[in-house]
Amino acid sequence: MDDQQAPELTFEHEPGERAPITPKERMTILRQLMPEQDADTRATNFEEVNLGLTQRLAMIEAERCLQCKNPVCITGCPVQVNIPRFIDLLARGDMRGAADSLLDDNALPCVTGRVCPQESQCEAVCLRGKKGDAVAIGYLERFVADWANRHRDGASVAPASSGKSVAVIGSGPAGLTAAGELAKRGHAVTVFEAFHAAGGVLIYGIPEFRLPKDIVKDEIERLEALGVRIEPNAIIGKTYTLDELREQFDAMFIAVGAGLPVFMDVPGENLKGVYSANEYLTRVNLMGAYRPDSDTPVLHGQRVAVVGGGNVAMDAVRTARRLGASEAIIVYRRSDQELPARREEVHHAQQEGIRFELQVAPVEVVGDDGWVTGMRCVRMDLGEPDESGRRRPVPVPGSEFTIDCDMVVVAIGTRSNPVLTTSAAGLKLNQWGYIEVDGAGMTSLPGVFAGGDIVRGAATVILAMGDGKRAAAAIDAYVAGALPEATPPTEPVTAP
Amino acid sequence: MHPIVGKTQLSPNVTRLEVEAPRIAQIRLAGQFVIVRAAEGSERIPLTIADANPEHGTITLIIQSVGKTTEDLVALDVGASIRDIAGPLGSATELIEQGRAVCVGGGVGTAVILPIAQGLHRAGVEVTSIIGGRSREWVILEEELSACGELIVCTDDGSYGRPGFVTQALADVIAQADVDAVYAVGPVPMMRAVAEMTRPAAIPTVVSLNPIMVDGTGMCGGCRVSVGGKTMYACVDGPEFDAHAVDFAELADRLSTYRDFEQRALERSHCAVDAAKTPQSTGTA
Repeated sequence: MDDQQAPELTFEHEPGERAPITPKERMTILRQLMPEQDADTRATNFEEVNLGLTQRLAMIEAERCLQCKNPVCITGCPVQVNIPRFIDLLARGDMRGAADSLLDDNALPCVTGRVCPQESQCEAVCLRGKKGDAVAIGYLERFVADWANRHRDGASVAPASSGKSVAVIGSGPAGLTAAGELAKRGHAVTVFEAFHAAGGVLIYGIPEFRLPKDIVKDEIERLEALGVRIEPNAIIGKTYTLDELREQFDAMFIAVGAGLPVFMDVPGENLKGVYSANEYLTRVNLMGAYRPDSDTPVLHGQRVAVVGGGNVAMDAVRTARRLGASEAIIVYRRSDQELPARREEVHHAQQEGIRFELQVAPVEVVGDDGWVTGMRCVRMDLGEPDESGRRRPVPVPGSEFTIDCDMVVVAIGTRSNPVLTTSAAGLKLNQWGYIEVDGAGMTSLPGVFAGGDIVRGAATVILAMGDGKRAAAAIDAYVAGALPEATPPTEPVTAP
Repeated sequence: MHPIVGKTQLSPNVTRLEVEAPRIAQIRLAGQFVIVRAAEGSERIPLTIADANPEHGTITLIIQSVGKTTEDLVALDVGASIRDIAGPLGSATELIEQGRAVCVGGGVGTAVILPIAQGLHRAGVEVTSIIGGRSREWVILEEELSACGELIVCTDDGSYGRPGFVTQALADVIAQADVDAVYAVGPVPMMRAVAEMTRPAAIPTVVSLNPIMVDGTGMCGGCRVSVGGKTMYACVDGPEFDAHAVDFAELADRLSTYRDFEQRALERSHCAVDAAKTPQSTGTA
């Protein structure tokens, strides 16, 4: 799609009407391209890569939507955004209508419009994608959400109080979504956050160049305007126990994320210059260590190897590049086909000169005088598919080689953080330490719901938001005394 | 916001702050710490809770100025506020309940030893505290520790108390009497020396580690230390560990990660202060 030229199209519109063109003509409109910062320029700054569609490009793109009778895109969305509805309103030029429609379905559209893996969700099932390119739903969502953000007057009126109170533990995507949905229903919501600032992975993890922090702050301010109270520096399991909160609130939603970084368990991993992606990104994003006058330090590696192939790995490697690495390398044990990151991130990384060492696995971090000097690796063959359906990597005998590097970032996943879960008696966990929930999202403790990574293991922002939205509906029913008997677990929508 | 209600200079570079933090004052246990962020934009740093007054809703933080972040913190006066305090974090000290314990404190580590000595004393354990400093003016918390039992003060230059290092005094104490546990907190070389001294007699020895940390809840992994060949997170698995199992060489090495950065930050900060102090040229000089 990148080779296509956006055609010069203008439609003569009657106000409030869609363009008077036939479906056949509609089918000839090519997918619009996202304007972006030039790759060489952006590899040296932290400003957002994607610049957003212009009004004209958005209106043209909106005309590509066929307004299907059976809109499969909605079922492809973990929070069931009514996609054709907001696109139709956009195409008719009704920005306020489009914004209200979108915000009604999605508490954080500025975020999801930027970080969702649309190509494996809504856009994957879009009919236009069967022959050509899917409607750029993510671009349009971002366009409408950003408009809504700039035109906030009159929106977000705090609703009448229900008299019920709900504690939300964790202010990441699951927690914020649940908080928003619950506040809209008039419940008094308090969000407890362990860090000094709210946003969870949206502020400590995802870098500025992909999701500007001002946007996250705006989204949180919108929730506060709805009456959501945020208490920072509150670690549940330490500052307060779960039992104390259960006494104070009518219900609660646990969305603390997965949290603990997984290391590779190879020799040399405690050398200076080896970071978990969590630490590296937190220093840079939350603590602002990318700014030269920052009080928080971060190492500026010249040759940086990032182990992993997901979005977090892409964020880390592109961050290292922006902090001056002459060589920034992704080290991933499977092939390009299996890279779990959003395609756009992989593509952007390639444009920014990131080197990909694929089918390669680290065996040792080597060092001198306490500092990393390289990473010894082995090449991998891909064998038969494993339980995950992906081909299992098998080391190639005698293929060992060393990548020279002065910094290593480990981005191979996270595991459950036990600070909260082990301090709550009666909270049922699975064998990996994640919280077990029923189909309504309720844990083994009545009135205590859970969602996001602490239930699923590391997943995506939008899946966490889906959990938050579903749990909010269930909590709403629970505090009204109307939650039906525990529903059997539904098959969660899983990321590819 | 956490207003500062008391401030005392304990030694040339150690300051005691009493800070409002009612919830933490109420529930903290000996050995626990907080993560502190002095102001918007400041670094997050871990500090042991040296003492607490649940009635007044205050906690005591004892801070050694070693870099820009700690200097910014101790520059705050009574009436000013600390932006963020999160906690109490880490596990509580496992205190023995009877017998005889030796508490060894070096430098600002003495502040970490204080709540341990107090806890042991309350439990009825016979406590000997050994603290040290370069010279008399560097000795801190003498009065508070005297209240917990026997106190041996050492100074490197012999200007006060017993001349020499705390480890030499410890050697004498364990040679003279049966000791059931040793708690040691201070610079890494001191803790390592204590560990080596108690190892032959297999005296259970606990050290409190203060590695580099960001969140304090297990999420960054920056505070990892090797204990008995296993990687542990000081923030959630500690901060206290069996001294005989800790890889002190690795700990010391990891603590030096940002030495260059810290030096530069300090110089920048001092330059800025100097520039502010220098009178503006009026053109008449």
